[in-house]
Amino acid sequence: MKKSFVLFCFTALFTTVAYASPASDSLLAKYKAEGVAKTDVAKAKKDWTAEVVVEGEKMSCASCHGTDFSKSGKHHKTGKVIEAMSHKVTADRYTEEKKIEKWFKRNCKDAWGRECTAQEKADFLTFLIAQ
Amino acid sequence: MQMKSKIAALLIGLLLGSGSVVAEENLLEAMFTPLRQKEVNPVNNKLYKDECGSCHFAYQPGLLPPQSWEKLLNEKALADHFGENAELEKADLATIYDFVMANAADKSYYKRARKIANATEGIEAPLRITEVRYIKRKHHEIPDSMIKGNKDVKSLSYCDACHTQADKGVFDEDTVKIPNFPDWDD
Ligand code: HEC
Ligand code: HEC
Repeated sequence: MKKSFVLFCFTALFTTVAYASPASDSLLAKYKAEGVAKTDVAKAKKDWTAEVVVEGEKMSCASCHGTDFSKSGKHHKTGKVIEAMSHKVTADRYTEEKKIEKWFKRNCKDAWGRECTAQEKADFLTFLIAQ
Repeated sequence: MQMKSKIAALLIGLLLGSGSVVAEENLLEAMFTPLRQKEVNPVNNKLYKDECGSCHFAYQPGLLPPQSWEKLLNEKALADHFGENAELEKADLATIYDFVMANAADKSYYKRARKIANATEGIEAPLRITEVRYIKRKHHEIPDSMIKGNKDVKSLSYCDACHTQADKGVFDEDTVKIPNFPDWDD
């Protein structure tokens, strides 16, 4: 019983840290330096579909990306196809620090009408790289 | 015999004549790709394609005059780009700006770009391609139900929704397919 619990923990740990890139590591370290003590994946999951009314339109991350990370999404306004968020499907996801920060900035403003905090970004990034 | 030498002289003349434009890459390229010559110069800059093609199809610089690009491509304008944040790093913005200016409608030998340059001469430069007189005229017969009322198009701004070779700079009528309206042509 105890043994299987340990095994369970080990597997859980292994699956969540299974993917990391130098870019995601370095960004998470940066958020930590900005005061993020620990990340909350469950909160990120909830935030992903949290709706905010921006310029009269109900928006969330899922408005453009959907909730199935292995499938492509669609830009809410332009309809342009957005490649799947999972790095298993889109190989170059989360490999470039500049790019991750650029899109956090743009898309938090687009979906929530404001920039995300370091805590929110750390949560999202930890959540997303595990998908 | 006389006829033949006349033709030869003509050919030589043509060759010599074209020698003076060898430096003009665009014209030369345009001369040897007859279909494209009619169209709009395609995008051959990776940074531009990546940055300006991430939210919508990467509009060819030849679709707007330099005065319009001037208004669109600066830090302040990009921070509020049609309601979205499209800011670029300084160095990237400089590269993109230079590429666009060197290929804007007035610089291009492609026929449609020339028409766009003419249609925007001497007037307040539009912020949108869809506001250019020439472009408006080409589409004014398409009913709203095929554009705004069409969930796979939504707006005339999304050229590539209907123009199947828009990414190559080809907008010819024969390459158009309107989603959900296979018989638009009837
Ligand atoms: C973050 C997303 C985003 C990025 C990045 C972006 N755009 Fe846009 N762009 C938009 C939206 C949204 C519109 C408005 C579409 C509409 O009105 O339906 C637009 C519209 C345009 C239009 C006007 C199209 C028309 O209606 O005729 C031009 C031109 C344009 N963009 C050029 C660019 C250039 C050049 C770049 C690169 C510097 C760029 N865009 C980057 C989102 C973006
Ligand atoms: C709703 C679908 C649709 C969209 C979106 C659209 N077009 Fe068109 N376009 C057409 C159709 C249909 C024609 C042919 C109209 C005709 O000849 O009656 C056309 C014609 C043209 C022509 C003239 C072609 C010729 O053979 O003379 C040009 C140039 C053009 N479009 C450019 C654009 C550009 C640039 C955009 C984006 C800013 C755009 N179009 C968006 C449907 C579309």
